[in-house]
Amino acid sequence: MNAPVTPKAFKVVGTRPVRPDGVDKVTGKAIYGPDFVAPGMIHGAILRSPHAHAKILSINTKKAEALAGVKAVITSADFPGQESKVLAGGETSSNQRDIAQICMADGKVLYAGHAVAAVAATSEAIARAAVALIEVTYEVLPHVIEVEEAIAPGAPLLHADMYTKGVEPASDQPSNAAMCFTLARGDADAALARAAITVTGRYKTPPVHQGYIEPHACVASWNADGQGQMWVSSQGAFDIRNTTAAVLHMPIADLRVMPLEIGGGFGGKTTIYLEPVAMLLSRKAGRPVRIAMNRQEVFCGTGPAPGSVADVTLGSDADGNFVGLKVEFWSQAGAFPGSGVHSGVMTALGAYTVANAHVRGWDVVSNIPATKAYRAPGAPQIAFALESAIDDLAVKLGMDAIDLRLKNAVRPGDPGPMRLPHGAIGYVECLEAAKAHPHWSAPLGANQGRGVAGAFWGNYGGPSTAAVSLSSDGSVQVTTGNPDIGGSRASMAIMAAETLDVPYESVRVAIADTASIGYSMLTGGSRVTFATGKAVVEAAQNVRETLVSRAASLFGVDTAEVEWHGGAAHCLSGERKGESLSIGAIAAKAGQFSGTITSEVSINPLDYLPGFAVHICDSEVDPETGHVRIVRYTAVQDVGRAIHLDYVEGQLQGGAVQGIGWALNEAYVFDAEGRMENPGFLDYRMPVASDLPMIDTVLVEVPNPAHPYGVKGVGEAPIVPPLAAVANSVRHATGIRMRELPLSPDKVYAALRAAD
Amino acid sequence: MSKIAVTTSINGDPAEFLCDAGETLLDALRVTMGLTGAKEGCGSGDCGACTVMMDGEMVCSCLVLAPEAEGKSIATIEGVAEGSVLHPVQRKFLEHGALQCGFCTPGFIVAAKALIEKNPDPSESEIRYWLAGNLCRCTGYDKIVRAVADAAAEMRQDQNSQRTAA
Repeated sequence: MNAPVTPKAFKVVGTRPVRPDGVDKVTGKAIYGPDFVAPGMIHGAILRSPHAHAKILSINTKKAEALAGVKAVITSADFPGQESKVLAGGETSSNQRDIAQICMADGKVLYAGHAVAAVAATSEAIARAAVALIEVTYEVLPHVIEVEEAIAPGAPLLHADMYTKGVEPASDQPSNAAMCFTLARGDADAALARAAITVTGRYKTPPVHQGYIEPHACVASWNADGQGQMWVSSQGAFDIRNTTAAVLHMPIADLRVMPLEIGGGFGGKTTIYLEPVAMLLSRKAGRPVRIAMNRQEVFCGTGPAPGSVADVTLGSDADGNFVGLKVEFWSQAGAFPGSGVHSGVMTALGAYTVANAHVRGWDVVSNIPATKAYRAPGAPQIAFALESAIDDLAVKLGMDAIDLRLKNAVRPGDPGPMRLPHGAIGYVECLEAAKAHPHWSAPLGANQGRGVAGAFWGNYGGPSTAAVSLSSDGSVQVTTGNPDIGGSRASMAIMAAETLDVPYESVRVAIADTASIGYSMLTGGSRVTFATGKAVVEAAQNVRETLVSRAASLFGVDTAEVEWHGGAAHCLSGERKGESLSIGAIAAKAGQFSGTITSEVSINPLDYLPGFAVHICDSEVDPETGHVRIVRYTAVQDVGRAIHLDYVEGQLQGGAVQGIGWALNEAYVFDAEGRMENPGFLDYRMPVASDLPMIDTVLVEVPNPAHPYGVKGVGEAPIVPPLAAVANSVRHATGIRMRELPLSPDKVYAALRAAD
Repeated sequence: MSKIAVTTSINGDPAEFLCDAGETLLDALRVTMGLTGAKEGCGSGDCGACTVMMDGEMVCSCLVLAPEAEGKSIATIEGVAEGSVLHPVQRKFLEHGALQCGFCTPGFIVAAKALIEKNPDPSESEIRYWLAGNLCRCTGYDKIVRAVADAAAEMRQDQNSQRTAA
């Protein structure tokens, strides 16, 4: 079951070496976003709106400017004018004008926490004191939070010039619905009318935050000659550079971004918030400026994942073959459009074969922070609805929940969401592995239930650059442009070491700044080990070819007479047959050839394959309190091939636990004025160690033939199943189908009482 | 406003710094002393990324006022390794892949070391409850719990063999 398509013994791929950046990170030496200090830097602070929706009538900064130690004050008036233009940035694209307005409100504030003005001063305390002296006059407008209210007739409009895209006929009334996207095949209504069994329900999830522990921070220095530098922890220094330069109307090459270590991102650090503000303050003050958010600013001023409302109807024949699926959902995009509706629609159609389907998603703005990507953006919310419905169908059919999924699971060659046939996918293998796992048949205790859920996630490839250079002693330097969030330096070193057949420890990996290597798309979309890994392998292959050709020349034979293994060239014929030259010996002779052996490779691979996962969850529901405790959890996933086992398992475990938090505890809670009531880790409760059991993992390996080592992206798929896996386990334990997250004790208790 | 002069000990070395009355120990360590190993994740004592030891007690340094360090002994992540020799907890974090982004790691390591010093043979449940004040968003805690248990086991074995040798 787990056998690779082309069984091959690897020396380093699939092992667990210590990561090259490990010692720095266990000793406190690693420099993260908030740790960086530039000589002469001063400190910025941001004034944020207390209102969820208001017109800015006036901003008076005179008192702030007069405070001793204040070096610069800016508002939206200091930003260059913005045109409406779509910028690519990771899995979600955004409009340049919207990005600028998220960095600094222009004329109107659209959520409590929206930046209104900023100060730079000689100390953080003075900057914060100055912010308090800025006088803003607002005209408070009616606000709207929930999507159902935002699309109701007469709802307060966030953007007077927004008309729903994707509807026929075109809308002539402005609306909070920015866009609708539909995928349809066959006749869903007719098929559902004929179906032997149907299940239906409306599912709701609240906005949740990515919850990275490192708050956003940056240091910017913008000189009089127009050239600037920034030191930022982000998921991609290149995309941060490009977006900041676009917003500030700078030539891209005038801005150099130095990547710092990143303390978690999960999609939330794919965009800019502080960067143009710090740049403008720096230019005004003539000094480097540092701005760092506190946790409340992270919750209220950066993009969470959208909330959702989804109506699902699923029908099957009497044997459990899916015959019709209808999904309509509304995604709570926040202040600006772009909430991953496309991937939500694809999620509904990615994992199962169903001939008749109609899936439509709506991107709806409302007065919460503009949402941003969060690990498999758009997918968990829809998988929650679909995988819950499949569970209900299994109950009605009296069928094993995995068997029902196996019966309908997509196989290689079946049409994918966009009707292109699936390649070497491994969903069936995942389901079979889950069914064979002892967890699926283990006995349950009192008040316990077991749930299962599957997942499809498209993954991504995209542009990556990598360089491999040999030192004169034969040690290897790998350089990429992708920040290492979860051990990617180790994965890159493994793939280079495997390709060159040298020890892992002889390969070192650096993350270059934007002036030191060609463009790489950001670390996201489960793309780095796949796409950047492919670039590393290609560069290492080029280096190996040069080594072989130089060895052949030194041996005086044709390259075909030289074999490369064990980090050395071996002569197969001629006078020097049987002799070998090590990588170091060849590297040392660079002066006899055309110089140092190095290769920089830029590629744009789009032959990635989607990820599939199956999670099994046991929970115990306390009938006295409604508290749900996860007692056992198993995450199965097709990973293509695991390069570093620990960091692949870690992705599955971390994604599962983020999903458990989403299912059980996490939610943005708003008061009547539209202000977030829980902008701290005490009240926005993410899972802690004592909430959880061990998270068992099963790595299914159906290699991707388009990657030299078979890699498929692994980072995002594991957050897709847990919402439904948990809800299905609670259904099994209590007999109650809960359709609204989070399954917090108050909600579960109320449901238990209502069912009494 | 005049500053307060604080005389203390940091990682066994005498240290002095000036601070404002309302300044946190975390800011004094990170900004004034340049010890940026302790992190600020929340500023409210909920995430544990700023965990340090003060007179042998585990504290969130974001909740301790800098002047409170007067006459106390502070131990931070920077003092956990002995020179270039990693502490077993640090080594086991690396061997088990118990970190992904690594931002919470200093806090976890200081807390885990404190646990093992107090309880050399902690159960899984004791590890989980002791570390419940430290948030990690990347790992799901599985490999952290394994690393701490493994470090404790190794330290017990080392102590036993030292005893046997003695």
